[in-house]
Amino acid sequence: MRNLIIGLSLTAVFVAAALISFLWTPFDVTKFDIPNKLQAPGGAHIFGTDQFGRDIFSMIMVGARTSIAVAVVAVGIGMALGVPLGLAAAARRNTWADELIMRGNDLVFAFPSLVIAIMMTAVFGASALNAIIAIGIFNIPVFARLTRSAALSLWQRDYVMSARVAGKGPVLISVEHILPNITNLLIVQGTIQFSLGILAEAALSYIGLGAQPPLPSWGRMLAESQTLISLAPHLALFPGFAIVLTVLGLNLAGDGLRDLLDPKLREVRT
Amino acid sequence: MNRSIFAGTAIAALLTGGIAIAQSSSATVGMQLEPPHLDPTGAAAGAIDQVTYSNVFEGLTRFGPDGAVNPGLAESWEISDDGTTYTFKLRSGVTFHDGTALDASDVVFSLDRARADDSTNAQKALFEGIESVEAVDDTTVKVTLKAPQGQFLFNMAWGDAVIVAPESIENIQTKPIGTGAFKFDNWKQGDSISLVKNADYWGTPAKLNEVTFKFISDPTAAFAAMMAQDIDAFYSYPAPENLVQFDADPRFEVLEGSTEGETILAMNNKEEHFANPLVRKAVSMAINRDAIIDGAMFGYGTPIGTHFAPHNPDYVDLLGNSPHDPEAAKALLAEAGYPDGFTTTLKLPPPSYARRGGEIIAAQLREIGIQTEISNLEWAQWLEEVFRGKDFGLTIVSHTEPFDIGIYARPEYYFQYDNADFQALIEKLSVENDPEMRSSMAKEAQKMISDDYVNAYLFQLALTSVTNAKLQGIWNNAPTQAVDMTAVGWAD
Repeated sequence: MRNLIIGLSLTAVFVAAALISFLWTPFDVTKFDIPNKLQAPGGAHIFGTDQFGRDIFSMIMVGARTSIAVAVVAVGIGMALGVPLGLAAAARRNTWADELIMRGNDLVFAFPSLVIAIMMTAVFGASALNAIIAIGIFNIPVFARLTRSAALSLWQRDYVMSARVAGKGPVLISVEHILPNITNLLIVQGTIQFSLGILAEAALSYIGLGAQPPLPSWGRMLAESQTLISLAPHLALFPGFAIVLTVLGLNLAGDGLRDLLDPKLREVRT
Repeated sequence: MNRSIFAGTAIAALLTGGIAIAQSSSATVGMQLEPPHLDPTGAAAGAIDQVTYSNVFEGLTRFGPDGAVNPGLAESWEISDDGTTYTFKLRSGVTFHDGTALDASDVVFSLDRARADDSTNAQKALFEGIESVEAVDDTTVKVTLKAPQGQFLFNMAWGDAVIVAPESIENIQTKPIGTGAFKFDNWKQGDSISLVKNADYWGTPAKLNEVTFKFISDPTAAFAAMMAQDIDAFYSYPAPENLVQFDADPRFEVLEGSTEGETILAMNNKEEHFANPLVRKAVSMAINRDAIIDGAMFGYGTPIGTHFAPHNPDYVDLLGNSPHDPEAAKALLAEAGYPDGFTTTLKLPPPSYARRGGEIIAAQLREIGIQTEISNLEWAQWLEEVFRGKDFGLTIVSHTEPFDIGIYARPEYYFQYDNADFQALIEKLSVENDPEMRSSMAKEAQKMISDDYVNAYLFQLALTSVTNAKLQGIWNNAPTQAVDMTAVGWAD
């Protein structure tokens, strides 16, 4: 429970920062104030200013928005495509359809998400949207595999058998009986994939394939601070901490959620 | 032209005196870019000249550190009264590194090779005015021009006009044989090129016994190497933000000089928005040069109002043509029919002046309503899309060739400025021999492109080098693409 609370609080802080940034940030991140560049943390700019005199605190807030948006949509794509694929494979287990879906997933899974992203940007150009799609594609097999393996065991259950006897088709059974029983698994996996999505977005932006300027992004803030690190270390520290804390928060939340939701673990404990 | 672009990425030269046994006699000079090969007469890459100019190869004339044209392999010359015949007197006793002697036939060979139809020389225009080259005797060469040419001695000082020998031309790309104070020794591909002192040099011998050019493309790695004193100098240091630290450190010295690099916000004059001079004027007035120099270059750079180097005596200060005035810029946009602004592309090559400057310019343009879609391109992509493909709205690049205002007379050049009056003026300038007339024409050309707001002129790129405080003789300025090591040595 403690993990869950710490994790959810950390996550909540960043989600709140992202939401608040839509309405208000301490400073405008599109306005440059070059005479005030590279100020140390403290005073009006509590995290200091960057090489263009922008307020780093405001940049972190808006950057949270970018990271979260990319991760949410990417996990959404993964779930929206992966779960139905997994359900279909389980319903048609050991047929050519199952083989086709799962081998296709293996193929996608064999490419690291960064390679997919580089491929996409080579074809379509670098943008936050392409980063989302690349990370989303990478999420599909994760959810497809998880869904299939969980669903396979459920198909053996008595209540599924009785539903079949009652004349329900595989689609209806998948939606009415299988899906509700794997939701907790999906939520836990979603949380973990969410944190991986944030890392992937930061990595893509770091190498220049993610969010393009002027849209602030934690990964790009890190990349831009690289040559300035000896002059103004706070430029790298704050986005670095933001990434670490968000990912830590999501992982703790994922762990906590699993403890709470997974029936197997629950049984062991009681 | 490629050369000017690549040179904009800045060249690094680092010297390692790190090896204790030979600190007083060896130096390792690093650069950001590795040359593709070592024939300065055969390709545009600036890195080739940086390694070889004056060190390995020499021309009839040569640039001094101040940009002046001095005698090189020709100790003197006579110009006929009509300005079409140049008679060069070569130095005697000059030998190539392979032991063969330099004579007039080598000069004839070099110039004929450079201007031949199948020549791959990157600056063929330098030789276009030559009618014929003949050897009068062993040490006398007569060059006849088609018409008087004011720039001829200047042209012959370029790295593309160095003298090569027919005996060693076959392997020039991997084993260059010249007449310079250093001999080519070894090339570790991807790492370094080393040169050794030429004991039989005709002129003042080099102070260093060995010079190694090392290639470090990453500014962060360069900074670390410099701080660890693995390298003792960095010629044209690529990250201006680190200079403050070097300046404060007694072990190092920061040299600040000027380059021939006019850094401009180039506008595609054939693109629908920028075809309108009012829009171009609005863009020029929306930019705040001081903020760009301060923000992108950490204060290193001189604002310019036209495409001309401020250290040139013919420079005209035209900054008054486009003062920073966002309100007036907005009014101009409205007059041009874009009261709400428009969206265009801003394609940025890798150097920090472009990447950082681009973000600042995007913010400044946003204030007058012009939205930009920034895309960061690698050089190869940039050359393909922007330089050759002309598929861009705005881009930022530094033009580092000396006296390159003539590019505005080429309508097919990437920013596509097409003005018949300007083309006629450059035509006249290219054949004019009288220094005063040349000067007034150069001034008129500067005014013309500034009045037309062809591009937004930002600043003259500063050449900032970091050296070990004890290493002396590195050029402050870059009158040409050269890292001339012939006079560099260690102080006691």
